[in-house]
Amino acid sequence: MFDSLSDRLQSVLGDLRKRGTLDEEAISRAMREIRLALLEADVNFNVVKQFVAQVKERALGQDVLRSLTPGQQVVKIVHEELTTLMGAGASGLAFAQRAPTVILLAGLQGSGKTTAAAKLALYLRKEKKKAFLVACDLQRPAAIDQLEQLGAQVNVPVYARRDTTDPVAVARAGVEECTRQGCDVAIVDTAGRLHVDEEMMSQLAAVRDAVKPHNVLLVLDSMTGQEAVTVAEAFAERVDFDGVVMSKLDGDARGGAALSVKAVTGKPIKFVSVGEKLDQLELFHPERMASRILGMGDVLSLIERAEQAVEVDEQAEMEERMLKGRFSFEDFLRSYKMMRRMGSMKGLLGMVPGLGSQLKDVDVDERQLARVEAIVLSMTPQERRRPEIIDGRRRARISRGSGTTVQQVNQVLEMRKQMERMLKQMNAGGKMRLPGQGGRAGATRKATKARKKRRRR
Amino acid sequence: MRVSRTWSELLGEAESPAEAEEERRGFFSRLRDSLGKSRKALVGQIAAAAFDPGDEQAWERLEEALIAGDVGVRATAELVRRLEERVEIIDLGQALAEEIALMIDRPVSFDLSAQLSVILVVGVNGTGKTTTIGKLARVLHQHGRSVLVAAADTYRAAAEEQLQIWAERASADFVGGEKGGDPAAVAFDAIEAATARGSDVVIVDTAGRLHTQINLMEELVKVRRVIAAKLEGAPQETLLVIDATTGQNGLQQARLFAEAVGVTGVVLTKLDGSAKGGVAVAIAYELDLPVKLIGLGEQLDDLRPFDPGDFAQALVRG
Repeated sequence: MFDSLSDRLQSVLGDLRKRGTLDEEAISRAMREIRLALLEADVNFNVVKQFVAQVKERALGQDVLRSLTPGQQVVKIVHEELTTLMGAGASGLAFAQRAPTVILLAGLQGSGKTTAAAKLALYLRKEKKKAFLVACDLQRPAAIDQLEQLGAQVNVPVYARRDTTDPVAVARAGVEECTRQGCDVAIVDTAGRLHVDEEMMSQLAAVRDAVKPHNVLLVLDSMTGQEAVTVAEAFAERVDFDGVVMSKLDGDARGGAALSVKAVTGKPIKFVSVGEKLDQLELFHPERMASRILGMGDVLSLIERAEQAVEVDEQAEMEERMLKGRFSFEDFLRSYKMMRRMGSMKGLLGMVPGLGSQLKDVDVDERQLARVEAIVLSMTPQERRRPEIIDGRRRARISRGSGTTVQQVNQVLEMRKQMERMLKQMNAGGKMRLPGQGGRAGATRKATKARKKRRRR
Repeated sequence: MRVSRTWSELLGEAESPAEAEEERRGFFSRLRDSLGKSRKALVGQIAAAAFDPGDEQAWERLEEALIAGDVGVRATAELVRRLEERVEIIDLGQALAEEIALMIDRPVSFDLSAQLSVILVVGVNGTGKTTTIGKLARVLHQHGRSVLVAAADTYRAAAEEQLQIWAERASADFVGGEKGGDPAAVAFDAIEAATARGSDVVIVDTAGRLHTQINLMEELVKVRRVIAAKLEGAPQETLLVIDATTGQNGLQQARLFAEAVGVTGVVLTKLDGSAKGGVAVAIAYELDLPVKLIGLGEQLDDLRPFDPGDFAQALVRG
């Protein structure tokens, strides 16, 4: 989703930069846009108010007006304020001096506690800690089975009891069992509960008192709206959690809830869950998140993911071929698969500095990418290596084989040619240009109105 | 005020007015109870003072109240515009509730009249699909339908076990699949089994998936295609389950699921929390998708037909 907070901010701030000097009117206009964008990102409206006031005050200050590049100064201020708001730095887990360390997971129904428990267990195992799972969700049907199955997947023992409905007793016994088995960290999964459910909240507090966790983590769905604040405040009051695990951040939710929760409770975001696979749990980096929100790209995360996705030989081989200016359909397929391993196309492009806003009107249709893959897979190995042999009859066969039209096959053939041409230009020292993007950069839109009318194809 | 929807009405059955009234009253008070738990009613603080249309700040507070209810910037702007067009506003809360009800009111059908009807249930992870299916199966059973539920969530650990427990509670038949197997095959088998047993309704549970996961969305398209090929006219209903706590991302969910599998209606769950589910207003306004059912808790009878008037009243007055 390119219609994102980062693009909005970048476009209004881009405006400011062009003006050279900052007058009050310009700042007010920019702040209005920032306010709107943050609200659309589900940042709580009170937090937005506070944030905008803070930024405005600083932007109107003398250091800005006297500075030589006021526009840049504002970008810096907004970035700094965002980073401050989300926490000065990433903070990990607290570990007990004497094992076991106890982690208690809490949250609303469906926020992803059980999955987060398994992911944390795997994360700790990779950190060379012996993790131990305790199944205290005795409410949801089959929640125990789910944790047991996930525990088996990550190769971590699970303590479960089916003969009681008392989570306090299970939690206590579970932690004891963890100690007995000599494990380092006990992760206690609990039932999802509504923050307004007095009885269930008392029960959670009782579990907490029974196991005295070193870390109480609130698992929060990154798609949560304005209520994130109410939820977080209620959980903070009853169980005084230490930090937040943001789940489902691999979607296109802008995750304004992260900002809100940090702002009202002061509790840091500790982990973010970025995919369905159990190893897709990452430490939270506020600076990166702020950069991403501001459209400054998230190069660090991008590099990390690229390193994970691309095997070294593979990369060297590709580079060599590219340097020769050759780009067959086999390379095409390989690079496509590499990108797939790195994550969604939109997510990736959004991380590239400057690209986020340039591509805002381009609809990167991932289904189209899947179609492209089908077309290439319908080619014979010979056709993939030597695309020039693909004549009319072969095109018709490929289109039938991939369930597409001949026009779509033609488009793919043309795409490969363009890529090869681009590679040749790059190798000749030319500057890489995205096809069809000329002249669009920096174009501004009447944000709200245009947005209202625009519909996805 | 228009007559509220009851299950009998939604399912096109005859009912005694007394029953309807009782069901309706029970529903309304529960919805109000649950929404009222939130600390602030939507316009509570505004409506207390007399509304002066000339007061900019009053409009701003109104906007904020709507935003705080997750109604979203665009739908809020539209609601404010419609209110501004009114010549006179005597009771702001009432006027706002009317406009909201108007915005979300859509003709709602829930057509299960076919000899065998299929309901496909989709949504992102953790919205309450399986729970919703358990409750829906139970209601349909109470209304004399024989129901078969199909566990086409072959991905999540213990999803099948969870649905099986619900099926037992709801006295519904159950068809499962192989873990990691093809969900479309489960749907196929379920329709086959339902035809053989002479069931009235098949409800297909699917794995939660983020709308941005292309491969998983393709998988869902296939499930739907297989259902449509297996049984003419099916699926009669494709329900998208959305968590009322969801913010503006709910719009994107609705948009992409609708594009992929032709959603016929939304089920808004977890309205028993403090979240007001305002995103439903945005979804109705921007995507023209009706809310058909709402979930009010974890009990079997906590699933109710959606009523725009009641929802708007509860949203505004708390």
